[in-house]
Amino acid sequence: MRRIISVLMENEAGALSRVIGLFAQRNYNIETLTVAPTEDETLSRLTLTTFASDEQVEQITKQLNKLIEVVKLVDLTEGDHIERELMLIKVKATGAQRAEMKRTADIFRGQIIDVTQNAYTIQLAGTSDKLDAFLRAIPEASVMEVVRSGVSGLSRGEKVLST
Amino acid sequence: MEKLSGGDMLIRALQDEGVEYVFGYPGGAVLHIYDALFKQNRIQHVLVRHEQAATHMADGYARSTGRPGVVFVTSGPGATNAVTGIATAYMDSIPMVVLSGQVQSHLIGTDSFQETDMVGISRPVVKHSFLVRSASELPETIKKAFFIATSGRPGPVVIDVPKDVTSPTELYDYDYPETVSMRSYSPATKGHTGQVKKAIKMLMSCERPMIYSGGGVVQGNAATQLTEMTRMLGFPITNTLMGLGAYPGTDKQFLGMLGMHGTFEANNAMHHCDLLLAIGARFDDRITNTVSKFCPYAEIIHIDIDPASISKTVNADVPIVGPVDAVLDEMNRLLAPEIAKRSDNQKSLLAEWWEQIEGWRRQDCLKVLRDEGDTKIKPQEAVQALYKATKGDAYVTSDVGQHQMFAALYYPFDEGRKWINSGGLGTMGFGLPAAMGAQIAHPDDLVVCITGEGSIQMNIQELSTCSQYGLPIKIVNLNNGSLGMVKQWQDMIYEGRHSHSYMESLPDFVKLVESYGHVGFKVETIDELEPVLNEAMAIRNKLVFVDVLVDPSEHVYPMLVAPNGSMRDMWLRKGVRT
Repeated sequence: MRRIISVLMENEAGALSRVIGLFAQRNYNIETLTVAPTEDETLSRLTLTTFASDEQVEQITKQLNKLIEVVKLVDLTEGDHIERELMLIKVKATGAQRAEMKRTADIFRGQIIDVTQNAYTIQLAGTSDKLDAFLRAIPEASVMEVVRSGVSGLSRGEKVLST
Repeated sequence: MEKLSGGDMLIRALQDEGVEYVFGYPGGAVLHIYDALFKQNRIQHVLVRHEQAATHMADGYARSTGRPGVVFVTSGPGATNAVTGIATAYMDSIPMVVLSGQVQSHLIGTDSFQETDMVGISRPVVKHSFLVRSASELPETIKKAFFIATSGRPGPVVIDVPKDVTSPTELYDYDYPETVSMRSYSPATKGHTGQVKKAIKMLMSCERPMIYSGGGVVQGNAATQLTEMTRMLGFPITNTLMGLGAYPGTDKQFLGMLGMHGTFEANNAMHHCDLLLAIGARFDDRITNTVSKFCPYAEIIHIDIDPASISKTVNADVPIVGPVDAVLDEMNRLLAPEIAKRSDNQKSLLAEWWEQIEGWRRQDCLKVLRDEGDTKIKPQEAVQALYKATKGDAYVTSDVGQHQMFAALYYPFDEGRKWINSGGLGTMGFGLPAAMGAQIAHPDDLVVCITGEGSIQMNIQELSTCSQYGLPIKIVNLNNGSLGMVKQWQDMIYEGRHSHSYMESLPDFVKLVESYGHVGFKVETIDELEPVLNEAMAIRNKLVFVDVLVDPSEHVYPMLVAPNGSMRDMWLRKGVRT
């Protein structure tokens, strides 16, 4: 089952490598990973998605909690949550395809953020499923380059992850 | 405020932490530190012959005292040589602080001379590590390192110190913090009372209980509480390889070690129990055999300081996270009045269970079989004779292999911290340096290393260190001329094809140890065994090496049947299984 694990950790050199190393060492997979400092500069917020059974995710969260730099963490998929991923996609946009590509981007509430005579760069934000759906909606041959940020997320409501 | 250089601060911080001994080896990146060390005499430094041995010595010191072991190594090869010892300590949860030199800060990342990424290379085998960026960070970093190494589930901590950080030319304010707190690290200090009460209820209503305790009870200083609880309950108990001594090995309630080479009675009691109380043990694969067949009738209570150990391989019905000493104290307090109320029916059910266990015990699975007229020494008899010669009161370290299992099975330990071996990582070469660390910590006690001719050669250079510091260790070498455990598996699983398990060109160990100024004996027949061991143990001021030529055909039994076996499926003798 797909899990989103959100980790609040010390913003220190080497902390990220400990998280990554733990996943490699214990044979857990990482599907996506995103990390950046929070409003408190001493803390980083790391979000990762992984495919794991209930038993595995219990071990993953326990092992992550053992890392000295990990302050707190939550498995967002355990409760109601919001998740978003950002995708930048460079597509061929020539001839009749040019208008069609714009229409499809509009339907997905994407924005064209860079334009040349032959290409658009489209910015899309949404759940990973939505981004996948966009990729399926456009001709495969038109895709020149894709970059995705990995998933970020928060719990719904007033619940927060804090020190 | 006092002004000190980085190097002086580092040494001062160790003094303020109460460190008495450092095990290490100098080199370019730690020269400033060694100069600071030279200028004082509160901390004694033990110069080893190889950095791996330094870590094992610190480990033996820590296991025998409960205090953290401290190691100095230089950058590059010094640091990488230490990694095996760090991993050994990590697997067995031993408190240790390793200070490794690093190249100067501005050279990090340039592939400079003797540079290696020590924080990176040691990361999977440390509890935590630090790279010191500035000398001003040293006191707090050292305080944190000792706090982390010794609290919660203990473990090794690496502090990587770039050479410029210890430079004698720049001075900094020195103030060693008395305490340290970290928002991201707060180990449990007591068990959950609700869970404890649930456990008590189960302990009072079961029919076939079994207590299974591990290294956590030894390292968590809870042997007294465990013994009190076990005696109060009247339940059978087994210890893991790491947990031996936590409950007196000579006591009637003790069923011996469990697991791959556990006793017939301990493994059977595990299999048939209806309540398993696991304390400071981690359901290792060398215990459980096939996990799906493990303790099929039992509800499981699991007490451990590390939440990640709970339900990792075997699901716990009642988990209790907390320090074993505090949890057992609380349980003992609550148990006493309950036990007083125990019904006659409860008592007779327990008596029936003991009857069943005594039946298994009558198998006498550790009985040593000897053909008439055979004068060869059985390795088991060598351990039994050593037990007699030491009156069961020595610190005993071992290496890894058959001799380790013979020691664990045939030398009963009545106290924790007396049995010192590398159970988790299984590090050959551990025994001699670990014995040295224990001897340094306990100069007036008898320290014996039970080893084999394979393992001893993995750190034999330390015989030289023993000469330098006059360490009167007793080494009992169970010499069967082959890598016994490898050979046993080759006999049992590979149709006797002894692929590279035989060592030609063994040294004359007696002459070898004599060349270092030690005393050597060689024993070849059963008649010589006891007198020579007695004589060896009586030499209190010298290292004595006893080379015991043992019957090379002996296997370690019992042995769990694998794959797909349960804990009651065992080989009992060659060709004889349950």
